[in-house]
Amino acid sequence: MIPPDQARIDISKPVDVLVIGGGNAALCAAMTAREAGADVLALESAPIEFRGGNSRHTRNLRYMHAAANDHLTGPYDEDEFWDDLMRVTDGRTDPDLARLTIQQSRDLGDWMARHGCMFQPSMRGTLHLSRTNAFFLGGGKALMNGYYRHARQLGVNIMYGAEVCDLTIDESGRFTEAGVRIHNLMRTIQAKSVVIASGGFQANRPWLKKYWGPPADNFIIRGTPYDRGRMLEVMIAKDAQTVGDPRQCHAVAIDARAPEYDGGIVTRLDCVVFGIVVNRQAVRFYDEGEDFWPKRYAIWGRLVAKQPDQIAYCLIDAKSIDMFMPSVFAPIQADSIAEMAQKLSLDAQVLGRTVDDFNQATRAGDFDPAVLDDCRTQHLDPPKSHWARPLDTPPFYAYPLRPGITFTYLGLKVNARAQVLMQDGRPAPNIFAAGEVMSGNILGQGYMAGFGMTIGTVFGKIAGKEAANHVC
Amino acid sequence: MSAETATQEAHRIMTICNACRYCEGFCAVYPAMELRRTFTPADLIYLSNLCHNCRDCYYACQYAPPHEFNLNVPRSLAELRLASYRKAIWPAPFAALLTRNGRTVSAVAVILVVAAVLLGLAIGQPNAFFGAHTGANAFYNIISYPAMVGIFSVLALAAALGLGMAMNRLWRAMAGSGFLNLKAQRQAVLDVLRLKYLDGGGYGCNYPDDRFSMARRNFHHAVFYGFLACLASTTIAAFYDHFLHCPAPYPVLSWPVMLGTAGGLSLLVGTAGLIYLKIRMDRAPASEKTAGMDLAFVVLLMLTSLSGLILLMVRSTAAMGSLLAIHLGLVATLFVTMPYGKFLHAVFRYLALVKNAGE
Repeated sequence: MIPPDQARIDISKPVDVLVIGGGNAALCAAMTAREAGADVLALESAPIEFRGGNSRHTRNLRYMHAAANDHLTGPYDEDEFWDDLMRVTDGRTDPDLARLTIQQSRDLGDWMARHGCMFQPSMRGTLHLSRTNAFFLGGGKALMNGYYRHARQLGVNIMYGAEVCDLTIDESGRFTEAGVRIHNLMRTIQAKSVVIASGGFQANRPWLKKYWGPPADNFIIRGTPYDRGRMLEVMIAKDAQTVGDPRQCHAVAIDARAPEYDGGIVTRLDCVVFGIVVNRQAVRFYDEGEDFWPKRYAIWGRLVAKQPDQIAYCLIDAKSIDMFMPSVFAPIQADSIAEMAQKLSLDAQVLGRTVDDFNQATRAGDFDPAVLDDCRTQHLDPPKSHWARPLDTPPFYAYPLRPGITFTYLGLKVNARAQVLMQDGRPAPNIFAAGEVMSGNILGQGYMAGFGMTIGTVFGKIAGKEAANHVC
Repeated sequence: MSAETATQEAHRIMTICNACRYCEGFCAVYPAMELRRTFTPADLIYLSNLCHNCRDCYYACQYAPPHEFNLNVPRSLAELRLASYRKAIWPAPFAALLTRNGRTVSAVAVILVVAAVLLGLAIGQPNAFFGAHTGANAFYNIISYPAMVGIFSVLALAAALGLGMAMNRLWRAMAGSGFLNLKAQRQAVLDVLRLKYLDGGGYGCNYPDDRFSMARRNFHHAVFYGFLACLASTTIAAFYDHFLHCPAPYPVLSWPVMLGTAGGLSLLVGTAGLIYLKIRMDRAPASEKTAGMDLAFVVLLMLTSLSGLILLMVRSTAAMGSLLAIHLGLVATLFVTMPYGKFLHAVFRYLALVKNAGE
């Protein structure tokens, strides 16, 4: 990758629009502000190789569209989109901002393509999402590469390794300048308006520990290590209103052998519905067959987080080993349950009893992973409601599970112009927010594939336009 | 790097890639990978030869260095591909020629050009080599008809034999089956003619850096079709000579000269473009182990086309003898080194495409 000539950027002069962040929302804001005529400087705290925040781990974006096109297989209208959002959030959303996001997402793919995004043709799409979600060719990092290239062509200045540590807000509530650490030197950058698009705080372990205590040490952060919530912290200290439960985070059960940060998609495990999950004490603790895996995906992180040492083990047998997406780490293999207990350092007697109890509680049925089948347990607590087949065919396989944190829900409260709302109820005149730092306004709980990118793109564009309008 | 290390590394990266699959829209490697859950050495050899080294996946990869997974798919597959060439080369001891292939090809070129000049000086008619010749049989005044036909028949047969044996060995190494499946063959031919997988899902390759561009595909097309045009030119010329008893040189407005000129120019442009991209390219996704081999082949093609074009321009002057000898020496080098260098990629990639179409 050809490094940009960062040294040429003169930061002693005030800029029109300062964009804090380097992910999808930041780039959408920067490009939009630049197209509106503003002089734009974007500050990415990560080095160039890891630029793009959590967006580099994404793969698709959900947007409203009236008809199929070359990368979507069918229509997705406002009502269906709305219903989907209400289902996952259970109504925990700001209905006006949610409606705005959905409406503004209409035909977003066209805008994205004009700004450097390449889409994967839909006939190659592998997932059930191919009607509602547009897949980026090569995934989120390729999307970000395209956006960065386009932003530079537009004349957006971009600095890497530039972490904003503080914001100055005058008595009238206006942002005036930012304190920025660039290669360990503190610099001050003045700007007429600012867009905060610097993500959540999920990579800030001390902050996570405030809510979760010591167990947070055993959490794995699935995405970027650069989302430390510094801007969130600064704005809260300066009396910005927040939204979303600070304790809540999107947590899934991932392979415990994953790297501490940035493991991304390859560490996910789809095997839970095919076996049983036991904790450190070798006992089951939740219905593994409650619902289809995508729907249950996000509750298992929390479930594992509540177990001793925040670890669990998914056990399957030879019947199921080929039934789910391969994962990056090889399963632990054993020819008997006793051997498996030894390999996992679990109490062999307890594990044996757990497996026996489970096996005896299963009743014959028509096993079918495609439907909520009738293979369920009887008189077992907790039950396994579907896909319950005895673990009786060696070799046995186990995957260790830990909570993997995708993002946090706490965010800055904004209005429809993406302005940050302060405690006195008034919007900050020249402080705008976009992306994960404000997605809690719309996604108060739950998760919907590709919708974080929708919020980031829609609010990035709004924030960029409003920030430019403010100065131009 | 030993073949074993290359195989282990390819296994490691394909296991990670198969859990990710974000790159499945770029080329045939990823859909082929997705058909598998585990990877045998044969699978990996197949996938490595299916890779067209477009590098789109490198720049799109969230696990590329400096990420701790250190995923470099184009480089890892290039190194396994090189190892698979070593194993497939026939006769087996000639596999050593792949090491320092750049020097080897250069040395062969020098030797054969000198040999051709000496041959021209020794067996041509007295004083013919530095004289001007016109009219029929002018070339044979420099290198006699039996020598020309005899030498190139032997070289062509040797190249065909070497390539055929190597193809057979690679096909078995990648556990290929159903080679005679006509549908698969047809599909593979179409893929080759269009250079389908250099289009990177519709946007091209990442050369010389992370920009998407059709430049490499277009230059490769120029080389491929230029090469075919030159081959056609030579074949037609041979037909004219042997069956119509009309020996070279031919007039400018004849099929052999027109095809040869067009092909030569196309080769010149294509090879120049590919060399330019190779020099300018970001080396991070590239394997230094194949650099010499890659460059030697393109340069040889370039010099061959260049000498052929100059020969056409000076064929009625006293420089014709020298140029003819140089050109023939380079063509001979091409034939001699064909089964022991970069040309293998043409036939091996074809085999991988046949297997891919069959799947």
